[in-house]
Amino acid sequence: MEDMLFYDRMQFAFTITFHYLFPQLTMGLSLMIVYFKGKFLFSKLEKYNDAAKFWMKIFALNFAMGVVTGIPMEFQFGTNWAKFSELTGGIIGQTLAMEGMFSFFLESSFLGLFLFGEKLMGHKLHFLTGFLVFLGSWASGYLIIATHSWMQHPVGYEIIENGRFVLNNFGALFSNPWLLPSYLHNQAASIVTSSFVVAAIGAFYLLNNKHNEFGKLFVKTGVVFGLISSLLVAFPTGDWTAKNVVKHQPATFAAMEGIFETEEGGSEIVLIGQPNMLEKKLDNKIAVPNILSFLTYQEWDAQIKGLNEFDESVHPTNVPGLYYSYHIMVGLGTIFIGLMLIAAVQLFRKKLFKTKWILWSLMFMLPFPYIANTTGWYTAELGRQPWLVYNLLRTADGASPTVSSGNTLFTLLGFIGLYLLLGLLFLMLAGKIINKGPQLNQH
Amino acid sequence: MELFWYIVLMTMLAVYVILDGYDFGAGIIHLFFAKKEKDKKAITNAIGPFWDANEVWLIAAGGVLFFAFPTLYASSFSGFYLPLIMILWLLIFRAIGLELRGQIHNTIWQSIWDKAFGISSLLLALFFGVALGNVVRGVNLGSVVNGVSTHEAHYFFLPLWNPTFSPQAEQLGILDWFTVLLGIVGVVALTIHGANWIIFKTNSDLNEKLKRVVFNLNFVLLALVIISLLVWHIIEPKPFHNFLDTPWLWIFPIITFTGLFGLFKVKSFQKHGMGFLFSSLFLFGGLTSTVASIFPKVLPSTNNVNPDLTLYNVAAHEYGLSVGVYWFAIAVVLVAAYMVIQYRVFKGKMDDVGYGEH
Repeated sequence: MEDMLFYDRMQFAFTITFHYLFPQLTMGLSLMIVYFKGKFLFSKLEKYNDAAKFWMKIFALNFAMGVVTGIPMEFQFGTNWAKFSELTGGIIGQTLAMEGMFSFFLESSFLGLFLFGEKLMGHKLHFLTGFLVFLGSWASGYLIIATHSWMQHPVGYEIIENGRFVLNNFGALFSNPWLLPSYLHNQAASIVTSSFVVAAIGAFYLLNNKHNEFGKLFVKTGVVFGLISSLLVAFPTGDWTAKNVVKHQPATFAAMEGIFETEEGGSEIVLIGQPNMLEKKLDNKIAVPNILSFLTYQEWDAQIKGLNEFDESVHPTNVPGLYYSYHIMVGLGTIFIGLMLIAAVQLFRKKLFKTKWILWSLMFMLPFPYIANTTGWYTAELGRQPWLVYNLLRTADGASPTVSSGNTLFTLLGFIGLYLLLGLLFLMLAGKIINKGPQLNQH
Repeated sequence: MELFWYIVLMTMLAVYVILDGYDFGAGIIHLFFAKKEKDKKAITNAIGPFWDANEVWLIAAGGVLFFAFPTLYASSFSGFYLPLIMILWLLIFRAIGLELRGQIHNTIWQSIWDKAFGISSLLLALFFGVALGNVVRGVNLGSVVNGVSTHEAHYFFLPLWNPTFSPQAEQLGILDWFTVLLGIVGVVALTIHGANWIIFKTNSDLNEKLKRVVFNLNFVLLALVIISLLVWHIIEPKPFHNFLDTPWLWIFPIITFTGLFGLFKVKSFQKHGMGFLFSSLFLFGGLTSTVASIFPKVLPSTNNVNPDLTLYNVAAHEYGLSVGVYWFAIAVVLVAAYMVIQYRVFKGKMDDVGYGEH
């Protein structure tokens, strides 16, 4: 039973982690492509259209990867988490079915038109199809986070016989206080990824002294979008999200922050340290006093409950994993703001394209927004464990009763092999598109 | 309300089979009949802008199954664990085969992805037929051993095959001679369907040859359908009792045979879309006749201990089903509009779309 649950969890974690590498770029990038195409319509400068077309190629490749790795996600609720699906399907099935009906049809119908229809439709309609693809991908994110929010903070339900969850208020799924902060936080983070990718490719061209005109355009656009989105991720959306956690999942909050003991006179914010689960304390800690209390409650001496005050049965299952995920996310988020701020200042002083070290930094920063997004999701998911539906349904009670661990390990290994191949192909082809670069006035 | 969602679900599945069915069929044609680069191009152009949207019908139908019939979703997806995961892998291979082949101009690269696309299309057609066979045959609900359930009454697990390969053994497998027979029906029917789509959407040199293929395969399909109907009695003693009780249901078999016999005239059709219309009728009729014959069962039980799963004992609660009607009605209007736009922009022949050359 134990190893069965372990493989089920690993398979879901692996497939969702890999999957989300692609949508996080497509959601942000679709916005930036719409921006380039819109700018072309206003300015009539061909380079903006070429930029839109170049990013469309990267987008199409990412989108295809996102689609093929996304279908297993919906299937796995049933294949590996049958009991969870049976008990909660009447509720989370609503939002998941809506995702299919409202966003996947929109995205997929118009993506074909967007990729192949420019000649047939003219620029204005082409812009519109791009906008609809953007709308579809953001609607998809919204409905997924509505589902996620219900699992974190269940609303609008009652529990009937056999432990079955029944929906009794449809509107509550969308007025869930967890939903809006998480959605905005996630979408801003998705724009962070796309901005850093656009800026990194631009920096690559400038440092290579190739496609210089596009290099400048990409760096400039990436830095402007990147600064705004990095700031939005932290404040207000990140702050808002954290306040939800402290209010509704206080034990999770304590574990995230690495606060084991309740401190009188205000809690410190931990910058570095390793959770020691044997002695229930933090080793090698570097911390700044009272900051956490202030950030959380805007009072320097507000009390924050330490993890040791909560009963072990409600502790998050993997405290160190949760703590590290959260700290990596926050640490990277801070670095993003810092780098983008410096780059924006140099851009404003018209020196950015000559400041080599910033260009190098932008280029090498490319993988880090992916890590930050992933660890952000790990924070949310590990923070919810040991629950599938917070405080109501345990993860151990949600797995498929008839699927043995041998079968799950078989499919997990299959997914690992297949996704390794997908990842290699993706990198190879993305590298090829980037190396070739945008084409001037291509028709 | 359950009945409404049942009809919605079956309609969505039928639409999926008709739409993605032509993609699978085009893949099979691509595998066996497209030798020249020009023919291959014609085929990928004919499905390129559509396959992704077609596949959404599967995801959307899965979503509706999840929300309207959560117990059926949970039971069947965990019970058919292995073939479903394999279907996922095949869908991935098919998609990357299509999307990646044009990215690098190299003979080895292209022939690898051609095969990936073709073979996974073939296996998918087979698996979907097998899946239908499994639903008709039923499963050992509750995993009954010696008259005792070893799991909750609506859960089960099927291995890929059992040693006897028989649909009547106590311990069943996904593959047995009955389900494989339906799998072959699926392959033949979708090959015809895919060929008709290519004839409809391209001016390929292949088209004359494909008309002969459709004509000849149609005899095979007719023979397979007759054999399936004969052996049906072995699986289900009274397969036609629903039709005898409710005569208007005969409309579904009539549609099936209209489609089937209509295709024998494939060589003399003036409009290129006619063949596609008839093979769509066959697929629609075949699927609806099958589910009508087991109605209201959605997954029969092969033991006497646990009851069949019917659309009434697997459905979600009343409120959720009712509230779903509102958003679903809005969504259906939108989806219809998207499809109209999509098929109007890409109307007519598709030879010049340039799919896969971006």
